[in-house]
Amino acid sequence: MSAWRTDSGGQIDRARSISFSFDGRIYPGFSGDTLASALLANGVHLVGRSFKYHRPRGILAAGAEEPNGLVTVIRDRARTTPNLRVTQVELYDGLVAISQNRWPSLANDFGRMNDLLSAFFPAGFYYKTFMWPRSAWKSLYEPIIRRAAGLGEAPTLPDPDRYAQRYAHCDVLIVGAGPAGLAAALAAADGGARVMLCDEQAEFGGSLLGSCGAKIDGHQASEWARQVSSELARNARVTLLPRTTAFGYFPHNLIGLNERLSEHLSVPRAGPARERLWQVRARRVVLATGSIERPLVFPGNDRPGVMLAGAAQTYLNRYGVRVGRRAALVTSNDSAYGVALDLKAAGVSIAAIADLRPNPVGHWVQAARASGIEVLVGSNVLGTRGDARVAGIHLVSGTYACDTVLMSGGFTPSVHLFSQSRGKLAWSEPMQAFIPGASAEAERSAGACRGIFDLVEALTDGYTAGSDALPDSATRRATPVDWTSRVSALPVDYAPYLGALPGADEPGRQKAFVDWQHDVTVKDLQLASREGFRSIEHVKRYTTTGMATDQGKTSNLNAMAIVARNIGVPLAQVGLTTFRMPYTPTTFGSFAGASRGDLFDPVRKTATHSWAQARGAVFENVGLWKRARYFPLAGEDMHGAVNRECAAVRAGCGVFDASTLGKIEVVGPGAAEFLNRLYINSWSSLAVGRSRYGILCREDGFIYDDGVIARIASDRFHVTTTTGGAPRVLSMMEDYRQTEWPELDVWLTSTTEQWAVIAVQGPNSRKVLAKIVTGIDLSDAAMPHMSVQNGLVCGVPTRLFRVSFSGELGFEVNVPADYGLAVWEAINAAGADLGMVAYGTESMHVMRAEKGYIIVGQDTDGTMTPDDAGLSWAIGKAKPDFVGKRSLARASMRSPSRKQLVGLRTLDPKVVLEEGAQVAERPGLKAPMPLLGHVTSSYFSAVLGSSIALAVVAGGRARLGQTLYVPMPDGDIAAAVTSPVFYDPTGARING
Amino acid sequence: MLIIDCPYCGKRPELEFAYAGQAHLVRPRDPSTLDDEAWAQFLYMRANTRGMHAERWRHARGCGRFFNALRDTTSDRFAATYRIGTAPPVAAEDAR
Repeated sequence: MSAWRTDSGGQIDRARSISFSFDGRIYPGFSGDTLASALLANGVHLVGRSFKYHRPRGILAAGAEEPNGLVTVIRDRARTTPNLRVTQVELYDGLVAISQNRWPSLANDFGRMNDLLSAFFPAGFYYKTFMWPRSAWKSLYEPIIRRAAGLGEAPTLPDPDRYAQRYAHCDVLIVGAGPAGLAAALAAADGGARVMLCDEQAEFGGSLLGSCGAKIDGHQASEWARQVSSELARNARVTLLPRTTAFGYFPHNLIGLNERLSEHLSVPRAGPARERLWQVRARRVVLATGSIERPLVFPGNDRPGVMLAGAAQTYLNRYGVRVGRRAALVTSNDSAYGVALDLKAAGVSIAAIADLRPNPVGHWVQAARASGIEVLVGSNVLGTRGDARVAGIHLVSGTYACDTVLMSGGFTPSVHLFSQSRGKLAWSEPMQAFIPGASAEAERSAGACRGIFDLVEALTDGYTAGSDALPDSATRRATPVDWTSRVSALPVDYAPYLGALPGADEPGRQKAFVDWQHDVTVKDLQLASREGFRSIEHVKRYTTTGMATDQGKTSNLNAMAIVARNIGVPLAQVGLTTFRMPYTPTTFGSFAGASRGDLFDPVRKTATHSWAQARGAVFENVGLWKRARYFPLAGEDMHGAVNRECAAVRAGCGVFDASTLGKIEVVGPGAAEFLNRLYINSWSSLAVGRSRYGILCREDGFIYDDGVIARIASDRFHVTTTTGGAPRVLSMMEDYRQTEWPELDVWLTSTTEQWAVIAVQGPNSRKVLAKIVTGIDLSDAAMPHMSVQNGLVCGVPTRLFRVSFSGELGFEVNVPADYGLAVWEAINAAGADLGMVAYGTESMHVMRAEKGYIIVGQDTDGTMTPDDAGLSWAIGKAKPDFVGKRSLARASMRSPSRKQLVGLRTLDPKVVLEEGAQVAERPGLKAPMPLLGHVTSSYFSAVLGSSIALAVVAGGRARLGQTLYVPMPDGDIAAAVTSPVFYDPTGARING
Repeated sequence: MLIIDCPYCGKRPELEFAYAGQAHLVRPRDPSTLDDEAWAQFLYMRANTRGMHAERWRHARGCGRFFNALRDTTSDRFAATYRIGTAPPVAAEDAR
């Protein structure tokens, strides 16, 4: 066994020896180790290079707060996870980890040059230096900075694993299974509550597992934790969630948990998910999130081998690892004495305990001295020596050789989740820390996270919190649990220290680090103050202190104290930077869950989807819908297909799936009045069996949606909407129906998915339908343009519309969606000898543009009135009111200089304008130039043998015949302003 | 994620609801009688309340109904939800 691993003790499984690799070297470890404890057991302290200066860095902590030990764990090329904290990676057989931010190797890192040049890299260096030339931002500076100041690299292959998500409700959610959390769980479980208890570690117990030398009920604290966990596990109303981080606290007691199911396994099981995201709605929450030991800020405090004292104790007692051979301790409080005594008992020699207190007294000091440890009082650290590992410490009383420096500045309550819950933090002068004040949620903090560090008090506080969280109906114990009699432990004075040690900023001293992970030193914070930064939020952003992936867990309070001293205000006034979720980095996979690939968004398909797919249709996404865009024949490109499809429709007939149009059935005695009030058109005058093109404005007078509306019966309308607008139109209708006009007796039902809509368009369309439609006279006299009839098609009930969006004689066959495909196939068969083609949305777009029919959202943009779009003819002039009418009466809405819809014909008919291109009055203008409007739709029209475009142009209708210019990178394109109707302006073909 | 108490369905998660703006704005019966200034007031001017705010929600992925709510904009606490066409509960309004 190595010199670093003890012969016995700890909670590792010494019977299960496993091996792992770090930076290519194979090391032994035990089941139950973390990567950190296993590395330390092999004498490896150097685990990373710092972010900015590339200084060698070692393991600082034993938990989630670890700032230095970030590694990439590799299972395969797709399962490569960067930036994991070595302290939270559970060791498994065959684990492969590599260090980060070093080149070519961890021991010989070229970036170390940055440290030698550090005088040139003060806080704000990037902001000051990489300003000019502007063109170099993206091409030169950013890539260099990103490479030099880097973290791990993301894997390049898609994540092959499954991530689950689960919702849960409980009476009491307890976050953290240390002494307070376990006691709270016992109390809540005893009262019969539904309890959930989560902890980020594999094992419950928190500080009881390593850093607590006490006995509870006569057992070692760790053994007691195990017994309590088993007892809770047997309770069916208790859910235990180990390896589960409560990463976020959301309103109304919703807590986000991330459970890691297979990260710790040598060979992950095939079945279960890799991680599970829990969204727990808890009636009450008990936060028992513990505390984080506060590092001391002294010169040279970042060498590998400098570590938090409590971490060294945890490595020894929990993992059986001696972190060094000879340790010096620097402390402001009693807790480090227990660490020194534990280490000494395990065979580590203690160079000295340097106590910052001028006159420490009590049993801990006596015990240390009695065991022969040199205790230096009123001490201070002047620096350290060593390179890849600390070799000695310079104290005021001299230099002490050591390979480990352990420090303790007291403990900082972990108030992250409490703060996220919007609870108010209160500054505690004796604790020199922020502690929970007034709660904003049904929540209570317990134990060390509210500054109660003493074991008996923490257990008592936790038990009370769990009991208080019980529903009123629950039965409570008659007598309180007396923890004092159950615990044997010596009291500890946790006197905190805050800020830099005296003289840490003196010239000539080594760098004194405040934020290890972002390489922020005392001098950086002083520079920020000198340069005028006062707000802690500004200092944070300027120096980047607390902005690394550890979110300043070890650094924030020290940084604030230093800033407070620099600018001469009390710390409580400096304020705290915002705590944000997640508590520790959480994977994207966990948040995405099953919503990826095909399941990212639902896909809506029409009844004819399979038919179109079988014929090689090219689809486009319209909202969530898949729509056939065109049906290319072998060797045909889109333009070829569209030209052929359009020509076939105009010469014979075509069939088009229009099922995605929104459809709303408006029914009731008040239906006509309801539509009268909403749409700009008049509906009471519409005869049963007829239809009308309707326009819906918002109250501000701008076009919101459009569509054909048919009157099926006196009290029943079939309303169609745009494909994308269906939900919002229904919502707007419901709003007016429910809240403005509840007196109208009218009902609204979405029928979009109930009807398949097959458009049959072209001069032969009537002949095609005549073969398969029964019960309807299709003649122009009996069924004119804009009419609707009920009948049968192939024996299927149909609402048959005579309507055209192509400019040709046309029909739209509405049949129940289940019959859509059969009727579609029947129509295709019936048209086989009449020149029938199937056409897609692209041809539909071209043909409607040839007719000047707008598409809401393409030719309109939310600032177009009906008149701007040339549709003022649709307004029901006799109506006293409709939604938008009052706005349309405003003077600016009637200005002749408003942008109006016009046609544009390029002087060179082969040139097709770009949609979105701007329109200018004169050629040769230099930007910025006055612009008249822009091109909204542009196509090549096969039937006209020329390009066509729709555009919105200021005062457009008064410009008919003018030549305007579309400025493009290659020069201006001249185009004549025309009517937006390019084809069959008299409508003779529609009425044929 | 907020819990919202639909007056028709009971408590449901925020995901099921859509926010629908300030409450108790009544569309004028005859907008043509309003001058431009008054119409603009109705159309565009909204309270930006810090504290208790009367607002509309729609249980869009539930019963589909619009309803009113009193919500404290500083804490996201709902003091009350109540049906369209009814006045805000006095007690809840006093809870400011």
